[in-house]
Amino acid sequence: MLGSSPKAALRVSGLRKAYQDVVAVSGLDLEVRAGECFGLLGPNGAGKTTTVEICEGLTAPDSGDVELLGLHWNSDAQQLRQRLGIQLQDTQLSEKLTVFETLRLFRSFFEKGPGANEAIELVQLEEKKNSRVGNLSGGQKQRLALACALVGDPDFLFLDEPTTGLDPQARRQLWDLIEQFKLSGRTILLTTHYMDEAERLCERVAIMDNGKQIALGTPRELIASICAEHLVAFSAGSNSNALDIPALRRIEGVRDVRTENGAVELQVTELHLAVPALLAELNRQNIPLTELSTHSATLEDVFVALTGRHLRDE
Amino acid sequence: MSETTALPEVRSREAERKAPRGKSFADHALVQLTMVRFRETLREPEALFWIFVFPILLAAGLGIAFRNRPADVLKIATVTPELTKSLQQEKLLSVQQLDSNAAEDALRTGKIALLAVPGSNGAVVYRYDDTNPEGRTARMLADRAVQQAAGRVDPVAASDQFLREPGSRYIDFLIPGLLGMNLMGSAIWGMGFTVVDARRKKLLKRLIATPMPKQYFLLSYLLSRILMLVLEVGIVLGFGALIFHVPVRGSLLDLGVVCLLGSLSFSALGLLLASRAKTIEAASGLMNAVMLPMWIASGVFFSAQRFPDIVQPLIKALPLTAAIDALRANMLQGANLAHMAPQMGVLAAWLLVCFALALKLFRWR
Repeated sequence: MLGSSPKAALRVSGLRKAYQDVVAVSGLDLEVRAGECFGLLGPNGAGKTTTVEICEGLTAPDSGDVELLGLHWNSDAQQLRQRLGIQLQDTQLSEKLTVFETLRLFRSFFEKGPGANEAIELVQLEEKKNSRVGNLSGGQKQRLALACALVGDPDFLFLDEPTTGLDPQARRQLWDLIEQFKLSGRTILLTTHYMDEAERLCERVAIMDNGKQIALGTPRELIASICAEHLVAFSAGSNSNALDIPALRRIEGVRDVRTENGAVELQVTELHLAVPALLAELNRQNIPLTELSTHSATLEDVFVALTGRHLRDE
Repeated sequence: MSETTALPEVRSREAERKAPRGKSFADHALVQLTMVRFRETLREPEALFWIFVFPILLAAGLGIAFRNRPADVLKIATVTPELTKSLQQEKLLSVQQLDSNAAEDALRTGKIALLAVPGSNGAVVYRYDDTNPEGRTARMLADRAVQQAAGRVDPVAASDQFLREPGSRYIDFLIPGLLGMNLMGSAIWGMGFTVVDARRKKLLKRLIATPMPKQYFLLSYLLSRILMLVLEVGIVLGFGALIFHVPVRGSLLDLGVVCLLGSLSFSALGLLLASRAKTIEAASGLMNAVMLPMWIASGVFFSAQRFPDIVQPLIKALPLTAAIDALRANMLQGANLAHMAPQMGVLAAWLLVCFALALKLFRWR
């Protein structure tokens, strides 16, 4: 233990948790460095929430060890509670209370931290201060939930899918807020199944699937790990069956080729060489294109490359 | 331990931290939780209706339906003006003079309770159905009037004193019953629905993710219950006293103690019923299953004595029976706490057993 980085704010080792018939987490090791925003990525059911709730002391693991801020849940629970800010997935706060009353209540549980008014300013809800929680929009409710996590001036912030279900504008607004808190030096553990969210907010990410970590690194490292910077997707309609896939693989700059429902996706390192070559090859095979698109590789592509599945396939 | 000491160094925002400041009374977690509970109740229009308006409507409706009426005036008939004149002296009789055919007809069809006809030698004959209590009453009243008109003087002087004073009417019986029913309903519903709703919305889970002391949460429910209790009891009692002059013969302090203990027992029962349920439907089924037998058996609307002797010990062990019996003893008989010891014992037992079980079974998620 002492051999690992001294700046670990959270260290999880050998974590295991099974429910009646599902193994939610099977042997997970994680390390979150102090001051970083660490992303836990994966599709629904990957075990992210179970992992986070074990770290938050809300669920007991079957086995494994959690060390948070140098403390342990079985001996230092009360001290830990004072130092954590927690946002749970889909908590519904009391609809009859106002924003101010809700924050004043949460603030009363903590020894120190910003007052209710200050917390309202932090998440830019000044105009809604005296509105009932039931009258807030989805994005405003999420910002209030964030404020509830911040009233204790936490050293460690857990955000479990903070932007799930929000419209793009509300998501960007929440991202801006989270980025501000990163500047103040808090350690954040964020779970999400939005890869763009992780790329934008997180210094390092761990990708989880079926209760295990399948990749770890900075978003850039992970994208580089699939040895392709770009993805080229095309569709050949009814002629797809006639495609000579091995010939596509031989094109210069193409790393891998995947086909799915008549659509073909190529992982490519040098777009400017690969695309003309691809067009020439398709021409040679006498296959007309019905669709062609390219995009820079994202964490989503990393997940596809690692598991063969898309993130939001349920 | 080396990482523990390393941590503070990386907290670059140490400087901007606020020094812990003394918290005011209002910012104490227990005060905040209680205020929040109280606010939530007051902002729920349906709850306010069931707690405050419904018992008053019920008391008013039943009080009017079962009000004590003055004694009925009985209808009788005669066939001669002399008899009519002497019978009209009796105020509880309404006398008609009819011809004999019409009079016989009225008697047969029950329009009159009695027909007085002259007999031979100045005698009187009363024709009536002796199996009908009205007929028998009319016979006594009519004969007294006829005899007095003919000059009879009663050997013993008699006078009447009517007993219609507060304390023995149906409304006097009903108000303590409604008060008990209200204590039970608001405590069980107030406890059950809000706890289950907070569990369903994962608000309970969110709260235990904070440093909130868990006992404060349960304590806040009891405290806000006591605040509500003052309003609930005050409104029902005030209504009974002002509109129907229902008496409170025992000490108000004792009455307060009974209400408090009753409400706490029902709250513990409500907490127990809500300790596991994850949906409102499950909780409300459970609560109704527990409350319905008590509404019927515990003597809210009619005396529990009407049930067979063999089930009486069972009925007396119900918390609502104990609460209502104690309330009636205090309000109607002026009994003090010592006299209510058995009922208080029953309530205390329910409180302890339910609360202990609830703490054992309670799930925060």
